[in-house]
Amino acid sequence: MSLFLIVALPFLGALLPGLMNSAGRQACAGVTFTVSLAALVGLLSNLPAVMAGDLVMARVDWLPAIGLNFTLMLDGLGFFFACLILGIGLLIITYARFYLSRDDNMGEFFTYLLLFQGAMVGIVLSDNILLLLVFWELTSLSSFLLIGYWKHLPEGRQGARMALTVTGMGGLAMIAGMVILGQIAGSYDLSVILQNRELIQSSPLYLPALLLILMGCFTKSAQFPFHFWLPHAMAAPTPVSAYLHSATMVKAGIFLMARMWPVLSGTPEWFMIVTTVGLITMVLGAVIALFKHDLKALLAFSTVSHLGLITMLLGTGTAFGAMAAVFHILNHATFKAALFMSAGIIDHEAHTRDIRRLGGLRHLMPITFVIASLAALSMAGIPFLNGFLSKEMMLEETIHTVLFGAWWLVPGLAVIGSLFSAAYSFRLISHVFLGPKRDDYPAKPHDPPSGLWLPPAFLVVLVVLIGVAPFLAEPLVRLVTASVIGDAAEMPTAYLKIWHGFVPALYMSIVAVVGGFVLLKFYLPALKFWDSLPRPEAKTIFDAIIAGAVKLTQVLIQGSHNGSFTRYAAIAALTIVGAGYYAWATGTVAAATYSMQPVTPVLVGGWVMLVAAVCALVFLHRNRLLSLILIGIVGLMVSIGFVYFSAPDLAMTQITVEVVTIILLLLALNFLPNKTPVESSVLLRVRDAGIGVIAGLAVMGLSLHYLLRDSVAPSISEYHLANAYKGGGGTNVVNVILVDLRGFDTYGEIIVLGIAALLIYALTETLLGGPVRARLLNREPDQPRSGDMHPMMMVVLTRVLMPVALMVGFYIFLRGHNEPGGGFIAGLIVSIAVVMQYMASGSNWASARLRYPYHGIIGAGVLIAGLTGIGSWFVGKPFLTSDFTYVRIPPFEKFELATAALFDLGVFLAVVGAVMLSLESFSRLARRSEVPDTDFPMDIDPSRDDGDDPSQATLKGGV
Amino acid sequence: MEFLVASAIGLLTAAGIYLLLRLRTFPVILGISLLTYAVNVFLFASGRLQVGAPPILQDGVSTYTDPLPQALVLTAIVISFGMTAVVVMIALGAYLGSDDDHVDDPVDTSNTAKEEPK
Repeated sequence: MSLFLIVALPFLGALLPGLMNSAGRQACAGVTFTVSLAALVGLLSNLPAVMAGDLVMARVDWLPAIGLNFTLMLDGLGFFFACLILGIGLLIITYARFYLSRDDNMGEFFTYLLLFQGAMVGIVLSDNILLLLVFWELTSLSSFLLIGYWKHLPEGRQGARMALTVTGMGGLAMIAGMVILGQIAGSYDLSVILQNRELIQSSPLYLPALLLILMGCFTKSAQFPFHFWLPHAMAAPTPVSAYLHSATMVKAGIFLMARMWPVLSGTPEWFMIVTTVGLITMVLGAVIALFKHDLKALLAFSTVSHLGLITMLLGTGTAFGAMAAVFHILNHATFKAALFMSAGIIDHEAHTRDIRRLGGLRHLMPITFVIASLAALSMAGIPFLNGFLSKEMMLEETIHTVLFGAWWLVPGLAVIGSLFSAAYSFRLISHVFLGPKRDDYPAKPHDPPSGLWLPPAFLVVLVVLIGVAPFLAEPLVRLVTASVIGDAAEMPTAYLKIWHGFVPALYMSIVAVVGGFVLLKFYLPALKFWDSLPRPEAKTIFDAIIAGAVKLTQVLIQGSHNGSFTRYAAIAALTIVGAGYYAWATGTVAAATYSMQPVTPVLVGGWVMLVAAVCALVFLHRNRLLSLILIGIVGLMVSIGFVYFSAPDLAMTQITVEVVTIILLLLALNFLPNKTPVESSVLLRVRDAGIGVIAGLAVMGLSLHYLLRDSVAPSISEYHLANAYKGGGGTNVVNVILVDLRGFDTYGEIIVLGIAALLIYALTETLLGGPVRARLLNREPDQPRSGDMHPMMMVVLTRVLMPVALMVGFYIFLRGHNEPGGGFIAGLIVSIAVVMQYMASGSNWASARLRYPYHGIIGAGVLIAGLTGIGSWFVGKPFLTSDFTYVRIPPFEKFELATAALFDLGVFLAVVGAVMLSLESFSRLARRSEVPDTDFPMDIDPSRDDGDDPSQATLKGGV
Repeated sequence: MEFLVASAIGLLTAAGIYLLLRLRTFPVILGISLLTYAVNVFLFASGRLQVGAPPILQDGVSTYTDPLPQALVLTAIVISFGMTAVVVMIALGAYLGSDDDHVDDPVDTSNTAKEEPK
């Protein structure tokens, strides 16, 4: 089977359990089992090639530009791990089917499990290290989901968070390390990296890469000082603990160290770091495990200890060490998964896993007793069980390992670790199963249904089988070892066997087992001594670190983001000025290429008016109505400036937009207070004025600078001038740019405008649908309303003007291609004509005569513009390619017909719709329910009272 | 001439930023409008200043003004209307909802609200 399919199967299969959830638990577990089985069969179909020593590869280019390709590779090591993952996965799925209660969502569980399985298989089969990182992170995420599966338990959530934080942090470090490694080797493909041992080890970047990658491995494999997350992850359901935290995920770090062994190992740095960390973890884990009373916590720390053992073996850098490590990975996976499952059975049946509340279970649960005892004895290192064999090899290896110049250090610590390991194994057997039967179990324990004990029993059969006949496992171990060490070392000549003669390792083993037995005899005094020792609690430290980080970010965020818009605006303005000043100070300034053009009296007059209006606006801005008039003057002066500087289209746009903006602000002022109170102190105002003056001077300097100089790069404007008539058929270059040369930009812009109008409409609807509505209805205007809601003069005038205005808009629209004008301006003019009807005759009157809703007009505009663009596809041209021709209908003169005019029609409609929808939304806020809809738009309100009390005035909302 | 235009842009910016730093929504909206003028004129001026040379192609005329900034600014003016309208609507909604037209969050509530994430 293709390697792609093996990796993809669990991911694709992850969809099934959720779908099968309603079909029942059996179907749900069954489909999960089938998926895993299919992947395992697919893997085994590659066995002959792997046995022959071939490298099975599969490759698809994904992002070749950054070296990230979907490259998979299957060799002995990958096969071994994939086999463990899928094989133990099958047992776990069977076990979980019976373990999960009816209240648990089984589909969710198996979906997570399959996601995890796929990610793990992906890690061990990746040839590309970037791809490996992707899968690596996926295991962190899926294990987060699995650990926190029981969402109602706070321990589960906290444990999941801690695991994700620690492994995720390590994963980040590893990404950096892998990228460095890839940079050194010049490729991100493992098959290439593994060939470049000398190059990588001689690189000055070797040490940083090594440290970062080891960081990832140590966090994932729970090595000291990152070991603390694993015991907390035990809040997960037991199948998860057995699968992730004994057999597979925690081995991912070990796998990566084994994978990278040929290129990274053998240096003093590798030896010192990996061996030391492994040794400390092994001893520390074993000691803590002995004094844990929770069965799963005991197993968790024992897992930490055994992972340390394997790490230490890989750290020695010898081929024999690698071989012992591989063998122990296999053995540990078998006996530890069996032990976890047994612990789960006990928890399931006795409703507690506190060792102090258990004891005497051998009579009540004989099957579980046999399974757990055999697995525990293997863990203790008793002969004829597989744990003994690899422990023996480990002890043999330590004798040849000299750390810090002391020959006794490594063997001594290894014996201590093994001694404690034997002690906690014995404790597990004697304190749980042996001893008198008790009568205070939380539930009456009995052996579980076969579905729960068969999977661990299968593993224990393997434990005994390998223990009695190690030559059965030997081909596999040698095959895997060969692919671990690659070309970096000679294959060791040692063989797996029970009896090596009276070698030092045997004596060390005897000391460990007997010592462990003796230690257990003195367990109570030892426990008392242990409890009296001051010990740092990892979770407290971790929580303190997290709390510190949260505090720090809070200080940073609240310092800079305290909800003060004013502060943000000030910081932004000063930062922009500062950045601009930096660019100015560090760049080169060319001499001026133009001289100033002469000043004309008209220009000075306009300038004076603009300056006067702006200054007055700043000083009088508290009077809001007055400031609207002033800003109108500013807009008018800007429009006149556009006329003066040869931009008729801009001038027309500016002045029409000015009109609708002022109307809009007037509508808003209808509701807002009319005055802005004095709130900031003089000092604050001086500060703000200072910021404004600094920014103004900077902008002025910049404007003056480039007004007198040519642009650095040649402008693309020449192209537009040259092609406006030739390519677009129009002489008004600005309009041709808008509807033709840059039509796609314009298309985007009318869509944005339409969205803005819809947003305003939606906000209005929300306001009118909420509590604000009542407030609006009960609102009492702060000044008397006009008694003449719809002045007759104005009504008549606007109605007479309406066709004229529409005609002007139509004319402006038509001539736009060749003379100043076009869809934007025409749309604004028509909008103003319609708005005038609203203002003069009232929105009720106007709305009643509205044939099409404004949303529809926006939509029609965008559609027409889009369809015009699509039309060019039918003649095989790209989107929005325009065409034009000239026609002559006698007796008229020749005129132009261009598809761009259709596009401009779309622009026109979108602008009309957007402007009208915005203004109408505002006016809807002013409508009041008690004002009757009059049939006579020209009415005079005789009840108007001109008295001083505004509340007495009859209030009518007229817009 | 260039100096007058540059100083007008500078003045519009300075006044815009001063009003932007006020505490109520309405002056802030006015400030944004002034800044919009400043930015539009600034962009327009990047085509350099030409008097009496409109971007309308005619026979016998060889100097034209730069049409590209004009096209960009034309859409910018229309879009700025949309933006102003949205901002005004948000300001109005906030005022009608809370009877308060300050732009800054009240300091004490923002702190106590974030202090206790649990």
